[in-house]
Amino acid sequence: MEKTANPITLQVEFTTDTKGQPSNVAFLTTWLCDHLMKDPRKEMFVLEGSVRPGVLVLINDADWELEGEEKYELQSGDEIVFVSTLHGG
Amino acid sequence: MDDLTEASNHIHTLRAQIAATETQLGTLKLQLQQAEHPSLPPTTEPLSPPQTGIPAEWTNATLPALQENVQRDIAQRLRQERGLEDAPTIQAASQRRRWPLATHEYSRYGRQLIMPEIGLRGQLHLKNARVLIVGLGGLGCPAAAYLAGAGVGTLGLVDGDTVEESNLHRQLAHATARVGWNKAESAKAYLSSLNGNVRYDVYKCHLRPESAVEYFGDYDVVLDCTDHPTSRYLISDACVLAGKPLVSASALKTEGQLIVLNNPPAPPGDATGGPCYRCIFPKPPPAASVLSCGEGGILGPVVGVMGVLQALEAIKIITAAKPMATDDPVKPTMLMFSAYSNPQFRSVRMRARRAGCAICSSEATLTAQSLTSGSLDYVAFCGAQASVDIVAPEQRVSATTFSRLPMGDNGVLIDVRDETQFGICALRESVNVPWTGSAERWVQSARDVGVDFEDGRQMFTVCRFGNDSQLAARAITETLPSTINGASAKNVRVKHIEGGFEAWRKEVDPTWPDY
Repeated sequence: MEKTANPITLQVEFTTDTKGQPSNVAFLTTWLCDHLMKDPRKEMFVLEGSVRPGVLVLINDADWELEGEEKYELQSGDEIVFVSTLHGG
Repeated sequence: MDDLTEASNHIHTLRAQIAATETQLGTLKLQLQQAEHPSLPPTTEPLSPPQTGIPAEWTNATLPALQENVQRDIAQRLRQERGLEDAPTIQAASQRRRWPLATHEYSRYGRQLIMPEIGLRGQLHLKNARVLIVGLGGLGCPAAAYLAGAGVGTLGLVDGDTVEESNLHRQLAHATARVGWNKAESAKAYLSSLNGNVRYDVYKCHLRPESAVEYFGDYDVVLDCTDHPTSRYLISDACVLAGKPLVSASALKTEGQLIVLNNPPAPPGDATGGPCYRCIFPKPPPAASVLSCGEGGILGPVVGVMGVLQALEAIKIITAAKPMATDDPVKPTMLMFSAYSNPQFRSVRMRARRAGCAICSSEATLTAQSLTSGSLDYVAFCGAQASVDIVAPEQRVSATTFSRLPMGDNGVLIDVRDETQFGICALRESVNVPWTGSAERWVQSARDVGVDFEDGRQMFTVCRFGNDSQLAARAITETLPSTINGASAKNVRVKHIEGGFEAWRKEVDPTWPDY
């Protein structure tokens, strides 16, 4: 997991999800929000149950929309990047 | 014997030079033909018997010359073909028209002209191209400079802002002497001295939905060098409606992003076109998450890199050997640059056009009429960032009033700016506790550096503009009582300084750094 605006790189190890949910990107997002995100402004990352507008999710260097978005099942060795859209110029 | 050998060598050398020169001429002629008639297939089949090895179109011109006295004729012919003024005949006049670029243009653009990616054909495309640059800031300045340098025929420059001193570390087309000028005018002054062969159209205004599509219609490529989602959606929409490719870039702090949109620029509903900004970002980000360069900071070379890359992409579009084939699937990519990461560059595959896109799909709900009528409110769509206004009136103090208060044992000033800003300038005896977004964590951080909220002294919070200081003041009043045994909110006395250090500079200390 990597966030390039102030890059934070994490290696996350998942086993099978205990609640029987698939270990997909939606699960990863919720998990990051619940376990790793220290800033209380959760709406800066997740809004209405999904990654908020303005955050690009990249799965192995591809926009997640090419990979099935939050339903994408995580594979071992996958690189998932959350990156803020920039607007300055 | 030696004389004979020497003469023979000389003849051989001359023949080789003639052959080489004629091959080059043939290639140039071919490039010209393709440039003038891009739809025609290149002429490869000689029209007359190919024994000479000379392109057919040159046979008539070169064969008679070869049959004449070689030594006398070559020098004369080469002079004529260079278009020298003293070339004497009508024939020479027609030779001059053979050169599609002016003499000085061959030397000015020679270094890119000799590259196969450009060549004469590409240079002519550049000369005929019209490029519109929206925003002459950190992206627009380098983009405009390289496009002017490359010999783009017409550059449209759109900006309604004026040059400020804080622009100059990165917006290199402007100048200290032109602070206060309109940015498009200032850029034109710089660009004209760089390359006076380019025509510069200056628009001293912000782009408006009512006129954007009409403006864009006059140009071949548009560069989005602006700094806000509002203008980014507008420019993308207008590019789709006007059918123009869009080179879009952005930068903040140490990072940049670049994407070429609506390329090829197929009409709305045509899935073979490149995606637009709305395909990639259908919903705008929350206004609170949008940071400007003034708020977040920007390193000059970072935004410079992105602007230079925009010029590069524009040149690639203009000089493309053939229009993008519509049967090739579009493979859009976004280039991400992160100056302090390794690797610094990352190219990411992006989606094609979105089936339900509001502007470029067959289900589009936005039309040229939506823009020209002014019914589309881009500011409302992206949302304006409300200034923070959360503390009670009795918890506010003006900079002027604060400056007259005795401090020392009577009060504590907590500066909630980040450490870097605190390091630039700070008030004596103030304590730096950067605001991080979490009330609990901030209160704890303050305690960790020795702030005693319970000693009965008056607390003050201050920041750059007076927003975060309110959040910190509220954190103290709302978070603290629950964490102090037996203490009530009334025992905690906190005020924030209205308008922050900006107000401090304006009202109290004009020497306070205006960074």
